[in-house]
Amino acid sequence: MSAQMLRVTAREALSPLVTRFRFEHPEGAALPLFSGGAHVVVEMPDGDVLRRNAYSLISDPLDGSGYEIAVRREDGGRGGSVFLHRQVVVGDLLRISAPLNLFALDLRAKKHVMIAGGIGITPFVAQLKQLARLQMPFELHYAARSRAEAAGLALLPDLPQIHVHISDEGNRMDLGAVLGGQPLGTHVYTCGPEGLIDAVAETAARLGWPRGALHSEVFMAPPPGTPFTVTLARSGRTVTVGAHQSLLEALEAAQVPVDWSCRGGACGRCETGVSACHGQLEHHDHWLSDDEKSSQTKIMPCVSRFRGDTLILDL
Amino acid sequence: MTLQFHDETFRDDYTFHNSPEGIRRFPFPFDQDSYMYSVNLEPHAGGRAGSPFEKRFDVDEHYVAEMRDREITLRDDPLRCQSLPHMELAGWDFLELVMVSKSEDYPDLFELHRDGDRWHWINRPLGIEQRFTFLDATTLPCGPLEYITRQTQGDHALLDQREGNLWMDAGMITSQADWSLDFDIGMNFFEWHAPVPKANEMGVFQRALKFLLNLQQGAPTRRLNWTMTVNPRLDTSPENYHKWGPEKRTITPATVGSKQYLRVELQTLWRLPRSNAIAFPIRCYLCSLEDIVTVPKWGRRLHRVLRDLPDELAEYKGFAVNRPVIVDYLEQFDDGAETSPGIFPD
Repeated sequence: MSAQMLRVTAREALSPLVTRFRFEHPEGAALPLFSGGAHVVVEMPDGDVLRRNAYSLISDPLDGSGYEIAVRREDGGRGGSVFLHRQVVVGDLLRISAPLNLFALDLRAKKHVMIAGGIGITPFVAQLKQLARLQMPFELHYAARSRAEAAGLALLPDLPQIHVHISDEGNRMDLGAVLGGQPLGTHVYTCGPEGLIDAVAETAARLGWPRGALHSEVFMAPPPGTPFTVTLARSGRTVTVGAHQSLLEALEAAQVPVDWSCRGGACGRCETGVSACHGQLEHHDHWLSDDEKSSQTKIMPCVSRFRGDTLILDL
Repeated sequence: MTLQFHDETFRDDYTFHNSPEGIRRFPFPFDQDSYMYSVNLEPHAGGRAGSPFEKRFDVDEHYVAEMRDREITLRDDPLRCQSLPHMELAGWDFLELVMVSKSEDYPDLFELHRDGDRWHWINRPLGIEQRFTFLDATTLPCGPLEYITRQTQGDHALLDQREGNLWMDAGMITSQADWSLDFDIGMNFFEWHAPVPKANEMGVFQRALKFLLNLQQGAPTRRLNWTMTVNPRLDTSPENYHKWGPEKRTITPATVGSKQYLRVELQTLWRLPRSNAIAFPIRCYLCSLEDIVTVPKWGRRLHRVLRDLPDELAEYKGFAVNRPVIVDYLEQFDDGAETSPGIFPD
């Protein structure tokens, strides 16, 4: 995966839990432009561990002077966001991958409706800038629990098409109302917790929206779980996966090469064959089909886990 | 090296010809003595000096004549260039990619000066000078895709990425191996590949699509494809089959060496920045059998590949009718000696 060392040139707290970071090329070279919804993978050398997390870009896609991300500190997470919050300061150099977009706007749409829950606002911040350039009609709905937690407020322009729903203030988002009156040819994009994505899908189905007009991206962090052990078919080695480590991270720590890209179960790049499975694979990805998942012959090591006696991978 | 652009034709009197250097740099597609489909993708990150793999967009001795031939094809059939409305941004992305690449790789032939969105483009071989505003199509004589592909050898498809698939939603297709943009436009990756025999059962398309959906900016990839064409004709389109199809019947033992061409496509794939689309240039190289066999390794190998090719592939590639004559001709250049690995001449 192509990547380059970039310098942290700014960091700013957007809320108690969310911090914005800006990266620029150390010699001031222009960075590749991108499309709204793209993410980068940030590499973090944290002691003996090399952490890699994917973050949506929030800066202007047509501005190559720097990349910006907004990171929510996940105290119960695997450690990447905590590292960024606690250790990374202006002047540091970090390795940042080239942008990749698995959540692009469908430019055929007559209108774009964006629905964000919590930190799921981030991909839309860049998409709003792209839509403004393209002069396309849009509407954005941003739901957060409380105003104090709503880091996105600092990132959103003051426009009549932007609607903020704060549940603490009794202003919950009414999906039926949001999706009900949209013109034909509208596409809807949802980013946030799985519950929000499911609710949008159900509401849209009830209102007769075509499936092809619905797009979504879930938070990309691999979920923690109970530790487990895998065996590698080719070498016979065993690798233990910790509670707050993904299978991919455990393989990398054991110097087992696995191809990867999004590290969030969406791109399909790390798909790995399973040669024996006595137990239950816990699939968390959005790549394998339901049939592939139930067959227990493939796993996406970036997000999925295992519970049981023996798991042998084709590695 | 100074390029001498040929004054030559790809139709009617067919005066197309390769120079001796042109033959040596021909992208011979077979790296071993047999052929089967594979996802033979490799990074498009330069290559042997002087080869067609060296630059991002190869410009060779046929450049000016090929652009003239494209103009004739477009005059007769404007639908060879189409762009669905949502693909204009991808057209600009591609225009930028070509202009930046060519001006950096061939500074004596092409110049690009940029002052914000105000661009100034100079194309010396074609005698074009254009000032325009980037992202404002009203400042160009035609859309951005058509504008730049009238100045870039090869066919060019722009693929939109959505719903976990790629969609052929724009293109400039005038030198195609018997497929039609007007027919394929709007189709997805599996639909437009449906006529290809064997490959689908082999899972080739699933694997290739998965790879392409993850294609990264700044990391273009390439592969070679090939077929056989009678006479050095670029426009072997279904629309004009009545013009070139009957020419297959002109192959005899006396004419096969000079009239039968190996047609090679250097296909490259590029992720575009603003649109997230994929640009898919398909660059066509032609070389007659009598020129191919001037490289002994190629003569031996081509004989073995074509002799042993499965029937359905010869059928699909449209030369089954002439295969016996071709193989007979090539046999005299195959002394049974071993061939070295790789595609380049010894």
